[in-house]
Amino acid sequence: MSNKMKYLAPLFVFLGIAVFLGIGLTLNPTELPSALINKPAPTFQLAQLKNENQDFSPQDLLGQRWLLNVWASWCVGCRVEHPLLNQMAQQTNIIMVGLNYKDDPTAAKKWLAQRGDPYSIIPMDISGDVGIDYGVYGVPETFVIDEQGVVIYKHTGPLTVTAMETKLLPLFTESASQQALN
Amino acid sequence: MMILAHGRRVFAIVAVAAALALGSTANAAIEDRVFDDPSLTDRYQDLIAELRCLVCQNQNLADSDAELARDLRDKTAEMLIAGKTNKEILSYMSDRYGDFVLYRPPVRSDTALLWFGPIILLLLVLIFVYRHVRSKQSINPAQVENESDHAERERVRALLKDTPNLD
Repeated sequence: MSNKMKYLAPLFVFLGIAVFLGIGLTLNPTELPSALINKPAPTFQLAQLKNENQDFSPQDLLGQRWLLNVWASWCVGCRVEHPLLNQMAQQTNIIMVGLNYKDDPTAAKKWLAQRGDPYSIIPMDISGDVGIDYGVYGVPETFVIDEQGVVIYKHTGPLTVTAMETKLLPLFTESASQQALN
Repeated sequence: MMILAHGRRVFAIVAVAAALALGSTANAAIEDRVFDDPSLTDRYQDLIAELRCLVCQNQNLADSDAELARDLRDKTAEMLIAGKTNKEILSYMSDRYGDFVLYRPPVRSDTALLWFGPIILLLLVLIFVYRHVRSKQSINPAQVENESDHAERERVRALLKDTPNLD
């Protein structure tokens, strides 16, 4: 090792550490990778909020690509993302299932009446067991489930315009164009 | 000075007492679950200490009062009573919440760096130190001195060649 190198070594070590820590700062520690991505969506059978006499099960939607949004009337983040969901319901024909997580049906109905109802199906997970099966740890959470019943995308926390436009909607337009080709 | 030191000590005692009091109320918030079979109670305590609360990420299930932590404790108890093994319960959790839920991540090819990185780093440092010390030792100090002495002596001799003899 030449003398010059000897004096520069600490600088390189420092730069190395700085780069690593810098990358660390850009990561969001509260966002956990879903264990479910590319795995079959857990099955369940739950009563519905709007259509009480009929149970809903993910199998009912096999062959279709759909969106599963986990929400609750007590959830503050859900209020934030709700306008986006309403907008999506108006502007696209995506099937939107709203899993009502650990909620009171009356409160849930009131909440939707006030803020608009973007969901076509609302299964009620009053015990929270289905939430555990889906690895839900912070409502709202949004999943995309493909035609084969496989989870292909998960967003934790309130949906953002960026996430919707760059990640979520492309998953649906891609499937629509594929269906058009077939 | 004495008074100041005394004041500081009193402050420290008060702070520790306050921390202990707060700590005990925080613990009191978590329900104490007792199983019919005492071995299950032990296993339950071990499991909830080893599982991370997903909501409050720096606490385990045993410490957390979050709603999800409570649900997951219930689930753990339910599975223990149903006769599931610890391994089955831990894999049930990691299947749903990922490895993050485990405070002890599994040893796998993608976690190898996490497990063995520090040991490798330590070995590299030891090798470096060993070689550094060895290279310092291998240079014979006496020899170095002789060589530079010789060159110096030549230079001095050359400089002195033209000067009048001082003797």
